Amino acid sequence: MSQPQTFFSNLKCRECGRLYPKEAIHICEFDFGPLEAAYDYDLISRHISRDIIASRPQTMWRYRELLPIDGEPTVGQQVGFTPLVRADRLAAKLGVDELYIKNDTVNYPTLSFKDRVVSVALSRARELGFQIVACASTGNLANSVAANAAAAGLTSYVLIPADLERSKVVGSLVYGTQVIGIHGAYDQVNRLCSEIAGKYGWGFVNVNLRPYYAEGSKSMGFEIAEQLGWKLPKHTVIPMASGSLLTKIHKAYKEFIRVGILNEEPFSVHGAQASGCSPISSAKKRATDMVKPVPNPKTIVKSLAIGTPADGYYALRSMQETGGSAEDCTDEEVIEGIRHLAEYAGIFAETAGGVTVACARKLIESGKIPRNESIVLCITGHGLKTQEAIHGECGEPRLINPSLREFEALIANDNIPTTTTTASSCPS
Amino acid sequence: MPILVRIPSPLRKLTNDQEIVPAEGATIGDVLANLDSTFPGLVERICDEQGNVRRFVNIFVNDEDIRFLEEKATTVKEGDEISIVPAIAGG
Repeated sequence: MSQPQTFFSNLKCRECGRLYPKEAIHICEFDFGPLEAAYDYDLISRHISRDIIASRPQTMWRYRELLPIDGEPTVGQQVGFTPLVRADRLAAKLGVDELYIKNDTVNYPTLSFKDRVVSVALSRARELGFQIVACASTGNLANSVAANAAAAGLTSYVLIPADLERSKVVGSLVYGTQVIGIHGAYDQVNRLCSEIAGKYGWGFVNVNLRPYYAEGSKSMGFEIAEQLGWKLPKHTVIPMASGSLLTKIHKAYKEFIRVGILNEEPFSVHGAQASGCSPISSAKKRATDMVKPVPNPKTIVKSLAIGTPADGYYALRSMQETGGSAEDCTDEEVIEGIRHLAEYAGIFAETAGGVTVACARKLIESGKIPRNESIVLCITGHGLKTQEAIHGECGEPRLINPSLREFEALIANDNIPTTTTTASSCPS
Repeated sequence: MPILVRIPSPLRKLTNDQEIVPAEGATIGDVLANLDSTFPGLVERICDEQGNVRRFVNIFVNDEDIRFLEEKATTVKEGDEISIVPAIAGG
């Protein structure tokens, strides 16, 4: 195999456009603007095509030219290419014609979209020579850093709010990572990590490795376009915490158009938040680009409970640019959203998935998403991770003794035909 | 006891690599102005052309975000600790 080629040229400030070397840095020294990976798109457009991509293994790395590492990926080579599921029963429930679920509840290895970002961040961390990697997390990122670092033989520290769901805490501890619970909200964990990163020189995936980390989210957008048959959905509904995923799916769609993989066609990206922490949705509804931080997020949706969303401003711009809208929903609507997705599409999502479904429903009912246009819902994490949130909300098993009589008494009211039918016998 | 200001790593080139620097002033705005006379160029990194704290900068006084207080008019006193922290991504 020939020497891998890099198409990723620099880091670039999103605010002033100053260029920086491809190191473990994340903000512009002049205006604190976030640094973002810059690529040579003309070179990329000469190197990839639909056929070339389609011939590669079914992982997120089939889009390697548009991901910010120099060599071949060394961490998380199996991540991504999760199913895009056409969900006709859920579509009927929501009263729309064409609905798809991008199902990252089954992303490998830790059942959330965060494996995408961690795969890029840790592959890059190795290229930059880091031995210790770390993150600030609301849970999913911690799980993914812990698992992927373990597989790669890197030492990891994950810092989380002390009150996270138990299953998310165990889902980090099991990999032998150093889990540090902080008495405080996610934003305080974030701030501490920013200070630690400056002092210890570790590879913090969402601090000094953020420009690499964030780009991993684009793979979700690339996959949606490819799996729809090389076209864009008219509407994509995306949960927002920091707002990064929404901006990166938008970027992915634009990049595929830029390098000639897709024809230019109109699309909208829509953002979803929980009402108990909705700084970005609130700003969108007020039609301002000033995101007012939420000091004390109060929601069962802990994975989206970021009161000071770093990419809020850019998420607003992405929605603005594409004619998208934002919504938010109550905790009760979140649970209803989780149940609808499970009962009508057979997919058990974590609370953030409930937010996406519930907000999509509101956007449809308010006419912001027309019922006859294609819709993709981004479902980003598995329901087993946040079981506490719906415990007792979806009933309890009915208990009987191992007795046919008790069973018959139990189903008497279930409207199940009682006559015994036998399967047809084999043709003689 | 002076007011102490925590400088984030991207700005330490301007503070001779000092992580914590002493400062004086009655408000955040005063403190920033005084810091700028000691470390020229610091304020233009933190504030935009209109003098507002840049979108991607968070300033905390004793762990409280000044956007929840009175922004640059937030009063400070001796012994307070001010942190300048860049915004970072989610997780």
